[in-house]
Amino acid sequence: MTAAIEFRDVSRVYGEVHAVDRVSLTVQAGEFFAMLGPSGSGKTTCLRLIAGFETPDTGSVLLNGREVTDEPPYARDVNTVFQDYALFPHMSVLENVAYGPRVRGQRKDDWRRRAQEMLELVQLGNFGERRPSQLSGGQRQRVSLARALINQPRVLLLDEPLGALDLKLREEMQIELKNLQRRLGITFVFVTHDQGEALSMADRVAVFNRGRIEQLDTPRTLYMRPATAFVARFVGSANVVTGELAQRLSGRADPFAVRAENIRLRAPAAAPDADTVSCIGDVADVQYHGAVSRWQVRLESGEVFAAAVADAGNNGDFRIGARVRLEWLRSDAVPLSSAESP
Amino acid sequence: MRAVSTFLYRRPAVYVLMLLIPPLLWFGTVYLGSLFTLLAQSFYAIDEFTAKVVYQPTLATYEQVVTQPANVDIIMRTLSMAVAVTIACGLIALPIANYMVRYASPRARAFFYVGVMLPMWMSYLVKVYAWRLILAKQGILSWLLDTVGLGAALEALLRLPGVGGPSLSASYLGMFIVFVYMWLPFMILPLAAALEKVPESLLQASADLGARPVQTFRRVTLPLALPGLAAGSVFTFSLTLGDYIIPSVVGAPGYFIGMMVYQQQGTAGNIPLAAAFSVVPIVLIMIYLTLAKRAGAFDAL
Repeated sequence: MTAAIEFRDVSRVYGEVHAVDRVSLTVQAGEFFAMLGPSGSGKTTCLRLIAGFETPDTGSVLLNGREVTDEPPYARDVNTVFQDYALFPHMSVLENVAYGPRVRGQRKDDWRRRAQEMLELVQLGNFGERRPSQLSGGQRQRVSLARALINQPRVLLLDEPLGALDLKLREEMQIELKNLQRRLGITFVFVTHDQGEALSMADRVAVFNRGRIEQLDTPRTLYMRPATAFVARFVGSANVVTGELAQRLSGRADPFAVRAENIRLRAPAAAPDADTVSCIGDVADVQYHGAVSRWQVRLESGEVFAAAVADAGNNGDFRIGARVRLEWLRSDAVPLSSAESP
Repeated sequence: MRAVSTFLYRRPAVYVLMLLIPPLLWFGTVYLGSLFTLLAQSFYAIDEFTAKVVYQPTLATYEQVVTQPANVDIIMRTLSMAVAVTIACGLIALPIANYMVRYASPRARAFFYVGVMLPMWMSYLVKVYAWRLILAKQGILSWLLDTVGLGAALEALLRLPGVGGPSLSASYLGMFIVFVYMWLPFMILPLAAALEKVPESLLQASADLGARPVQTFRRVTLPLALPGLAAGSVFTFSLTLGDYIIPSVVGAPGYFIGMMVYQQQGTAGNIPLAAAFSVVPIVLIMIYLTLAKRAGAFDAL
């Protein structure tokens, strides 16, 4: 089976900035693939390289095993859902959806019927005659999806498609997108800066940082076994321990990560359990998040640890400034390959 | 002082009225007042023998404008020129504005904006007379064409009936060139403003969905530029209809509406006829706007 998308040593440079720096990756057909990273990490540029809005300075891009590096967007078998939806304001919703078949010269009866079917698919069957400006954000999103899917592309690109929606709608759309992808069997490539979105929807996630892929793995592996300090912080918001402190706590200078929810808070005088690592610090801040409370604890050496504790009430007696003992299982410390992080 | 402020804050209508009364007085009396005086004048007629205005409402002057062959000629001549100039300005301005907005680097864009506006800061008369020299029989344009071996082509062009003449500066073709030069900025600027409002992502979406550049231009760029094109064409159309300096300095001897107004209210002293003639462009532009609206030029607004 050929890969849906393949990057071979692709670079894209703007002046001095390496937006994409010698990236190689392979996306399998039918995969839900997420590109995750902070803004400016190169994930959107990668998406634009697949769509054809950008041309790489070096390296090559392959779609379904065919080299498309220098092909314009209109010759590529991919379609895009844009971040701002990019609906044509001078056309009705139906005409927007029918745009692909129309420019390909389909007959009016055919494109009208096809577009209507696509609108039904995204549950907007009665909205065909409206203008995009008369729709809500969520509805525009669906129109944009229908318009991209009508050409039956083998790959669908989604550029932060849920960014502009409110929380509840975003969660609904996450489920809907995932169902749609399963039903259609199309390869989805999804760009996001929201790690929760990437973890919950994708089969595999590529974590981008400064134009490179830091780690490419399944969501579970990314979360449980981050390879680098950046991934540990960005994906799991974990505590990264390096240098002298790592030496003191684990006996070796190699960096490691401990996720906030694996840290327990105990009274400073309590005896440490077997197979645990612990250290003493002062509570600097507590934030209540409902299911958990997030504690910031400052060690004597100055490092700040985050601990996410299920709010059972038994930690309520630690106030800001109180002295506490942080404790975690030795097996919860994940060794990292590199300690550097921006 | 405080009480006055509070009073005005609570009654925004009074506040707005106070701000608006001076400009409204000016607008009402000087601007609309003179316009209606003009309109009123056109419903009078002049006594053939005494050459005095008879203050009796009549449609005789309008009848004279639309029935006398010489007057109809003037209107048709002006209208054809305005249409030709508008089409030419649109055809030239669209690629320029599109380039300025979409492709030019920031430096090149600034250069183009200054280049487009610079002529507007110079004296209108100087530009017209400069063009007369450029287009003259022994002017630099004919010299240039002779030098590159196109003198014969110019001769052939000038022999064409209707547009030709003894030289470019004494032909409708020359007048057309000057008109297009003069009004081009009025077409480029609104077009550029309209195109600047079109997000890049719309053009990318079009290409993404399979449209080749020509299709993207026809289906996305052009419809969204239409309001700008309509605004610009109202400028080029109305400015050509009303101008009297260019036709009197450059071009063939035939009269234009503006020249007729100028002559009738001046030397001829026939104010009602001048007024009726100046209503013609207003009516033509109203017809033009109605047609543009029917064609959907303002739908994307």
